[in-house]
Amino acid sequence: MTDTTVAAPVHQSIDVDAPVDRAFATFTDEMAAWWPTEHHILGAELAGMEFEPRVGGSIIDRGVDGSECRWARVLAYEPPHLLVFSWDISLQWQLETDPARTSEVEVRFTELSPGRTRVDLEHRHIERHGEGWEQMHGAVGSPDGWTIGLHRFAAHVGGAG
Amino acid sequence: METYSTVLTALADPTRRAIAERLAEGPAPVGELARFVPVSRPAVSQHLKVLLEAGLVSVTASGNRHLYALDPGGVAALRAYLDRFWGRALQSFKQHVESTGGTTHD
Repeated sequence: MTDTTVAAPVHQSIDVDAPVDRAFATFTDEMAAWWPTEHHILGAELAGMEFEPRVGGSIIDRGVDGSECRWARVLAYEPPHLLVFSWDISLQWQLETDPARTSEVEVRFTELSPGRTRVDLEHRHIERHGEGWEQMHGAVGSPDGWTIGLHRFAAHVGGAG
Repeated sequence: METYSTVLTALADPTRRAIAERLAEGPAPVGELARFVPVSRPAVSQHLKVLLEAGLVSVTASGNRHLYALDPGGVAALRAYLDRFWGRALQSFKQHVESTGGTTHD
């Protein structure tokens, strides 16, 4: 198979009322304060997050039970304008240890005016998480199974509507 | 769950359900899907866009041909999830940075 499944990168952009250096520092040093807390892969509740501010550092989630998870590698760290980190979380929401099967997140901070900053985020190479997934899908996802599932889903939606 | 309601919305339309059911039998290009459902090819493309954004369908490029396939739980679903996740995360970031003395308003 030479086919390539490509997922378009995710782009999100937001303007914030903060100077560019402050925006960058908040994004990294105060990650735990704004990160959606339900999003982590620890077994325990999230107690804190640490961003190691250097290329080769990690983003670390810490659980209330003392456990920790290094789920991202810092690939670029150029305050206050550029940040790139890997996304080492698999489709099964486990820590992905094979770098070839991880995606990456680039965040750019652009000064619009002295007190206003644009944050552009790109999450790219998402398809890398799927390497090998198609084969698995072929093995376990029988067409009948999906057709039946969709019919049930459709019936449920129809019933609810 | 947002994901759940997006999927519900995507499958609430009978044409999209028909497309999804056809794709359950195997991947297909847009032209073949257009023959399968009684709507125009541009309309099929629009429906595919909704299914892609809901993470139900993935697209594979083979040369200059695009094959669409059912992809629940796969890369397309992950992409849809990440799109919503980052939207929410950046909103939360904005609130936080602006409430902690980011700048002086004038």
